Amino acid sequence: MPPPPALPTTAAPPPDSATVDAPRRRPRTRRATLVAGLIVSVAVLLLICLLSIAVGSKQIPLSTVIDALRHYNDANTDHVIVRSLRVPRTVIGLLVGAALGLSGALMQGVTRNPLADPGILGVNGGAALFVVGGIYWFGLTSLTAYVWLAFAGAAAASVAVYALGSLGREGATPVKLALAGAAMTAMFGSLTTALLIGDVDTFDQFRFWSVGSLAGRGSDIAGQVAPFILIGIVLALVSGRLLNALSLGDDVARSLGQRVGLARLFTAVTVVLLCGAATAAAGPIGFVGLTIPHVARLITGPDYRWILPYSMVLAPILLLGSDVLGRIVAQPGELQVGIVTAVLGAPFFIALVRRRKLADL
Amino acid sequence: MATTTAGTPAQLIARSRAVRQARSVLVITIVGIALFATFCVSLSLGDYKIPVIDVVKTLFGQGDKATEFIVNQLRLPRALTGILVGAALGLSGAIFQSIARNPLASPDIIGVTYGASAFAVFAIVTLGLTGAAVSGLAIAGALITAFSMYILAWRRGVSSYRLILVGIGIGAIAMSVTSYLLTKARVEIAQQALVWLTGSLNGVDWSEVRALTIALVLLTPLMVLLVHRLRILQLGDETAYGLGLRVERSRLGLIVIAVLLAAVATAAAGPIGFVAFVAPPIARWVTRSPGPAMIASALIGALVVALSDLLAQHALGDTQLPVGVVTGVVGAPYLMFLLARANRVGSGG
Amino acid sequence: MTEHSLAAENLAVGYDQREIIHDLSVRIPVGKITVIVGANACGKSTLLKALARLLKPSRGTVLLDGKSIQQIPTREVATKLGLLPQSPTAPEGITVADLVGRGRYPRQGWIRQWTKADDEAIADAMTSTDVLEIADRPIDELSGGQRQRVWIAMALAQETNILLLDEPTTFLDLTHQFEVLDLLVDLNKRDDRTIVLVLHDLNQACRFGDHLIALKDGAIVAEGNPSEVITEQVVEDVFGLAVKIIPDPVAGSPMVVPVGRHTTRNGQASPDNPAAKALAASAAANGICRPADR
Repeated sequence: MPPPPALPTTAAPPPDSATVDAPRRRPRTRRATLVAGLIVSVAVLLLICLLSIAVGSKQIPLSTVIDALRHYNDANTDHVIVRSLRVPRTVIGLLVGAALGLSGALMQGVTRNPLADPGILGVNGGAALFVVGGIYWFGLTSLTAYVWLAFAGAAAASVAVYALGSLGREGATPVKLALAGAAMTAMFGSLTTALLIGDVDTFDQFRFWSVGSLAGRGSDIAGQVAPFILIGIVLALVSGRLLNALSLGDDVARSLGQRVGLARLFTAVTVVLLCGAATAAAGPIGFVGLTIPHVARLITGPDYRWILPYSMVLAPILLLGSDVLGRIVAQPGELQVGIVTAVLGAPFFIALVRRRKLADL
Repeated sequence: MATTTAGTPAQLIARSRAVRQARSVLVITIVGIALFATFCVSLSLGDYKIPVIDVVKTLFGQGDKATEFIVNQLRLPRALTGILVGAALGLSGAIFQSIARNPLASPDIIGVTYGASAFAVFAIVTLGLTGAAVSGLAIAGALITAFSMYILAWRRGVSSYRLILVGIGIGAIAMSVTSYLLTKARVEIAQQALVWLTGSLNGVDWSEVRALTIALVLLTPLMVLLVHRLRILQLGDETAYGLGLRVERSRLGLIVIAVLLAAVATAAAGPIGFVAFVAPPIARWVTRSPGPAMIASALIGALVVALSDLLAQHALGDTQLPVGVVTGVVGAPYLMFLLARANRVGSGG
Repeated sequence: MTEHSLAAENLAVGYDQREIIHDLSVRIPVGKITVIVGANACGKSTLLKALARLLKPSRGTVLLDGKSIQQIPTREVATKLGLLPQSPTAPEGITVADLVGRGRYPRQGWIRQWTKADDEAIADAMTSTDVLEIADRPIDELSGGQRQRVWIAMALAQETNILLLDEPTTFLDLTHQFEVLDLLVDLNKRDDRTIVLVLHDLNQACRFGDHLIALKDGAIVAEGNPSEVITEQVVEDVFGLAVKIIPDPVAGSPMVVPVGRHTTRNGQASPDNPAAKALAASAAANGICRPADR
């Protein structure tokens, strides 16, 4: 079933009262606050990582965890669980979370659209289509095989969406990108469904992948996607200034010396690296890319040089937190992380929408 | 002002309006004819091919017993359901897009159909229901979703903007729930649910036709009354207040009707995607109408579904595709066309 | 045309938590052109919207013909009071005749048949605003001035005695600004319409307004004839701007000339070039002080 395409908002909410200017704190104290906040967030993240390693269908006490990491004894089942299951899973959660948070912030900055989600570039639709194709035609069943297919599909879809959105005079404007993304997502969705309906076994394999989960992902998958995500993270973190310029509108950005077309392309490539790899590793996970940048923005204000690192840290907190929650809530089984992030993320998103300020990027 | 050779100014105005209406009528007639032709062709194709002439004769009660049976009992329900579903979706999309003043607003995107789907899948997978019970829950789902959307978007009135955003949020929740439910069941049941989710006209019979007809008959008079309010709403909230329109009440009434239309269509044939999205802009483009172009949207929606079903049933030889798959593939080129136009229009971005 | 009266008593209006207007009372003079002036964010638009019943006051009432406007059915209000909001939106591709026609909404019944009276009102409105010739053109193709006239025609088609306009000239060039303002004077003279508008330009306000209301921080600072209201003190108070007031050489109304920090450019002190001589002669003829006299 095709995921809902994001909606570009062409009309701002009705112009109401002039907003009261918040008192501006001096830049130095503000920066100090932000740095402190970031450190606190990283600490929380580490805490959640430890939780993620300790919690599960078998609770493993923290002392054992630390033991497993320092003096690994492969006869001890607890140590094995920690090393081969929990740690890779946590690492993937970290990488995927960071990737989703960053790509969401990038997309929102480039499209100047508070609803932009990395899926807007058709990434999820393309990944799904290629994965299903792989299962249908080649009978692939292992997650590691899916990873390459998903990545290839994500990349192919994004290229198609970008090319489509660039047709015409103005190049890839935000609205055109959103429309192109919607078109491609719908088309891929239809093709995917056609294949799924055709073959029960394909569907049986696919339906689990399509929810988005960190379960069963081992260090081989981590190894496959890590390089892409790490490169993507580096590229994303340096594009803060670029996004700040773009957020002022194309004309102003150009007058500031920014090459707008190139900037968009650069961002798009980064998003594909990040989001493609994330979807490849964990399946399509929604809402993280959509909501975390807004949370970051609430804390940092509109400066992308801060929004990006905060998104990078807050998103894995949400993701791993959801994963841990999913493991606790549905014991002895587990609730996939894709479900929990939606259930947590959507009410939060709606609460955000009810606050007037959402449209201002 | 002096009378010109064209008549008094008042006559000029009346004539101007008549010309506008004439164009609409012309286009509607042409689309209507195209629709009828597609309808007849779809009735004529199948395992047992019947010449189109005979189909037309049978429709007017002059065919022989054999053709009558095939046409009326086997094929007519499906063809009629397709047309009614398309019309309902076209109307629903026209109302939503006019209220939202955004060509991307559509019940499929706004989450109403996702809500209906979630409830339907719940019915199939968890409760093990089939048939009319599933449809009933689908309608309930659509209404509950729309109601939640409205309440959550309400903040001293509902701005169209906030409604769409909340709709997207709720739609995403519904989608996640649906995906989750699909993993929880045995694969055969899950696949039944998947088929429902795709939107298919397979297995529809006269009960669907009856339900759709009743719904359309009941809702049409309300729509006629409210369409004029819709034209005023298009002018923006402030102008609308200035013209004496009760903006919130009218918007609510229109949304209720649009949701009911989408709900009934979804209950009958599953969430057939893209029709509600594609039909209204085509209708407006073809009739050159700035207004919501309701009749044209209904007819074009019907035409899209009829054509898609024709393709779905016969294009791939023996394989029958669900109609929802075809509308998705057909809708994409349309979106690309919208893109090419978006330049000229400069709508946002 | 039957006359209606519009007034506000102890009005307090705001958005969300912020109150913009506190305890304002005003009586809009019937059959005259009233202009509301003031600095940005002083509450001009807020007052206009409250008068037009677009905003619900938190305290006090707006009175239409002596009755609280919130108690009167909104359709009925629309037959007495017409509004042109600040940035009106129209659907893409709508023609002039179509848009003006929508102004008949408050006067049409449930069934919406177009009667002769409707067509005559529309034609009349379009003739008054001189847009009859472009009846079939889409409004996206029109110039700013033409578009404003079309919107005014729509408000006229409502056949209301009172017309409220929120900054009708803000995005227009000079020619079109005067086009619109002259039209409003025509409408006022011909039908004794009560017109209330918000303007930024003080000089236009003085020239075209019969009655001025100067707002500051949501309260009325001065109200009355242009020459009574626009004084150097009031302008200083409301706008924080030092000005000199001279009679407008064309209309005789007060003309506001800001003092500012910079006066002449290009050293026009040299009296030799012909342009400078002509300017000096005109100044002498009109009794206008020269910059050097400051």
